[in-house]
Amino acid sequence: MNLRAKSLLKIAVILFIAFFLAYTLAFGVKIGPYQVLPLKKAIKLGLDLQGGIYVLLEAKPKPGQTISEEKMNAAREVIWKRVDQLGVAEPVVVRQGENRIRVELPGVKDSQKALEIIGKTASLEFIGPDQKVILTGDDVSDARALYDNLNNPVVSLKLNSQGTKKFAEATEKFLGKPIAIVLDGEVISAPVVKSVISNGEAVIEGLSSIDEAAQLAALIRGGALPIDLEQREVRSVGPTLGTDSLIKSLRAGIIGIILVMAFMLVYYRIPGLVADIALAFYIMLVLITFVALDATLTLPGIAGFILSVGMAVDANVLIFERFKEELRSGKTLRAALDAGFHRAFTTIIDSNLTTIIAGIVLFYFGTGPIKGFAVTLILGNIISLFTAIVVTRILLGNLINTRLITNKKFFSA
Amino acid sequence: MKKYAFMERKWLWISISLIVIASGLFSLATRGLNWGVDFTGGDILHFDIGEPYSLAEARQKIESLGLKNVEIKEAGDNREELIVRTPVLSQDQKNKLTQTIKERWPKAQLIRAEKVDAIIGKELQRQALIALLIANFGVLLYVAFRFEFKSGIAAILALVHDVLVMISFYSIFYIPVDVTFVAAILTVVGYSINDTIVIFDRIRENQRIMGKAKFDDIANTSITQCLTRSINTSLTTLLSIISLYFLGGETIKDFTLALIVGIVSGVYSTIFIATPIWSMLRGQHKAVRA
Repeated sequence: MNLRAKSLLKIAVILFIAFFLAYTLAFGVKIGPYQVLPLKKAIKLGLDLQGGIYVLLEAKPKPGQTISEEKMNAAREVIWKRVDQLGVAEPVVVRQGENRIRVELPGVKDSQKALEIIGKTASLEFIGPDQKVILTGDDVSDARALYDNLNNPVVSLKLNSQGTKKFAEATEKFLGKPIAIVLDGEVISAPVVKSVISNGEAVIEGLSSIDEAAQLAALIRGGALPIDLEQREVRSVGPTLGTDSLIKSLRAGIIGIILVMAFMLVYYRIPGLVADIALAFYIMLVLITFVALDATLTLPGIAGFILSVGMAVDANVLIFERFKEELRSGKTLRAALDAGFHRAFTTIIDSNLTTIIAGIVLFYFGTGPIKGFAVTLILGNIISLFTAIVVTRILLGNLINTRLITNKKFFSA
Repeated sequence: MKKYAFMERKWLWISISLIVIASGLFSLATRGLNWGVDFTGGDILHFDIGEPYSLAEARQKIESLGLKNVEIKEAGDNREELIVRTPVLSQDQKNKLTQTIKERWPKAQLIRAEKVDAIIGKELQRQALIALLIANFGVLLYVAFRFEFKSGIAAILALVHDVLVMISFYSIFYIPVDVTFVAAILTVVGYSINDTIVIFDRIRENQRIMGKAKFDDIANTSITQCLTRSINTSLTTLLSIISLYFLGGETIKDFTLALIVGIVSGVYSTIFIATPIWSMLRGQHKAVRA
C-alpha cells in the first residue's frame, strides 16, 4: 500500500470512530451481554436539572448534650429510614464533617412535606399525670395510620414486649386519669385511661387528617433522632424549572458549539474543518468520561463545559497561527505543519498546566457545585490537549499526505 | 510584518484599568457588594406566576406581610416569574408569603426555594478566599519555575487585576454575589493565566531570537505575533458563553455574566497589564543584561 492509500485509510478510520462514538452516545449499543446506555439515560443529572431537594442538617445539641460519632451515625440511619418511606429514587444521605448530614432527594415534588419529615426530631413520649415518662418511641415496634370507629384519623401503635409491660402497668396505675402523648415537646393528645391495656396496643388521636396520621406513623416507625438537627441550607428546585434549565442550557450550548465550529471553519478552512472534527471528539470524550466517572451534571457544570468548548479550540488556534507563520516563511505544507505543532507545543502545555493547577485548587477547596465545576474544568483541559494535539495532527498530517488538497489557500495561508 | 506599539502607551492602558478598579473600590467602600443569600443567609423564593402580573403589586403584597429587607425581581422569558429574596424566614412566614401570592394569582407555583444559614455563607467566604490565594500562589510558583520570578509577579498582578475588575463590576452594578460568582472568579483566573502564559511563552522565545533588543520591543513583537490568536480564542470562548447568557435561562444568567466580564478583563490584562509590567520589571535591570 502506498503512502496516499495508507493516509486515506487512517483518515477513514478516525472518521469511523467519530461516527461510532456519536451513534453510541445517541442510541446506545448492545454487544452480546454488554450494553452501553445512550447518553440521555446514562448521565446523572444534578438536583438543579431534574428537580429535587438538597438539605444540609447540623446537629444542635441541647444544653449538656454532646455530639458523638455514634449519635451522628444513628441520626443518619434514622433519616435514611424516613427518606426510604418517602419513596425517593436514588436518595443521598451522607455525613459531612463532624456534625452535619447532607440529604439529597432527586425528583421530590412536595418539598415542604419532605422537609418536615426529614428534620423532625420525632421524639415520642407518653407522659403520666405525675410528669414521669412512661413510654418512648423506642418501645414502639410498629405504627400505622388508619381511621377509628368514628371515622377519625388515628395512629395505631404496636408496642414491643417491654413497652407492653410498661404500658399495662401505667394504665393500671393511672386508670381514669389522662396520659399525655407528646411529640417533640408538643402534646398531640391526652386521652383519659378507660381500661387497663395489656395487649400492647395504643392509639394516638387528635390528628387533623389521614395524611398527618400517615406522616406521624412514618416518623414513629423511623424512630427518633438521637440529637436535634437544624436545617442550615435548603435548596429545592421544582421539576419544571429543572427541565426548563436543562433544555435551555442544552439549546444554548448547541448554538454556542455551532458558532464556534462555524468560526473555525470560515477562518481556518481545511485546518478549521479538522479542528471541528477534533472538537466533536472533545465533546464526546468529555461526555463519556463524565458517565464513566459517574459524575453528576449540574447547571454550572454545563456552563463550564460549554465554556471549555470555546477554550478547547485554543490549542488549535495556537497551532494554526504558527502553521500559517511557517507557511508564509515559505515552508512546504508538511514542513510547516511539523514546525507549527512543534513550536506551539510548549506554549500549549504551559498554558494548560497553569489552568489545571487552578482547577485542582478549586477542586480541593470548593464544595458542592464548585467541585463539580472544577471537575469539568480539569477534565476539559486534559481531554482538549489530546484532541487538539493528537487528533488534529493525525488528521491534518494524513490529509496533506494524500495530496488531495495542495493549494495553500485552503490552509488559510 | 507591521508591529503595533503597545508598550509606548503602557501608562494609558494601566490608567484605564486603574480608573475602572478605582471606581469599583469606591463603590465597594460606599455601598459594598450585594451579597447574595449564599453568603448572608436568607431565603429565595422563585415563583412561576403563570400569567402577566404587576411587579409593583407583588411588592406591595409582600410588604404588607411586614417583612423587612425584601428584594423582588421579575424573571423568565415572558416576565411571568417572580423571584423574592429575603433574610432568613421562619416556616410560618414562608408559608404566609406563598399563600399570599397564590391567593392573588391562583396559577402561581413555587418552582424554586433556597434557604441558607449565615454560618454556611461565612464558611463559604473563607473557603473561597483560601482557594483564591492558594490558586494564585500555585500559579506564581509554576510561572516562576517555568519562566522567571518577574514573569510570575506580572502574571499574578494581571490575575489580581481580573479579580478586582470582576468585583468592581459586581459592586458598581450591584449584582448579587453568590457561590457561583466564586466559581466564575476561579475560572477566569484559570483562563486569564492561560492567556498570559501564551504571551510570556512567546516573549521567552523572542528573547532568544532578538538578543539584545529592548524589552519593550520584544514585548511589542510578541503581542503582535500572538494578537490573532488572542482575538480568535477570546472570540470562540465568548461566542460559547454569550449564547449561554442569552439562552441559558434565568438561574444561570449572573454566573455567565461574571464569566463574560472576567474573560474580557482576562484578555485585556494579558496584553495591557501583564506584558507592560513584565517589561517595566525587566527594564530596570537592562544594564545587567547588556
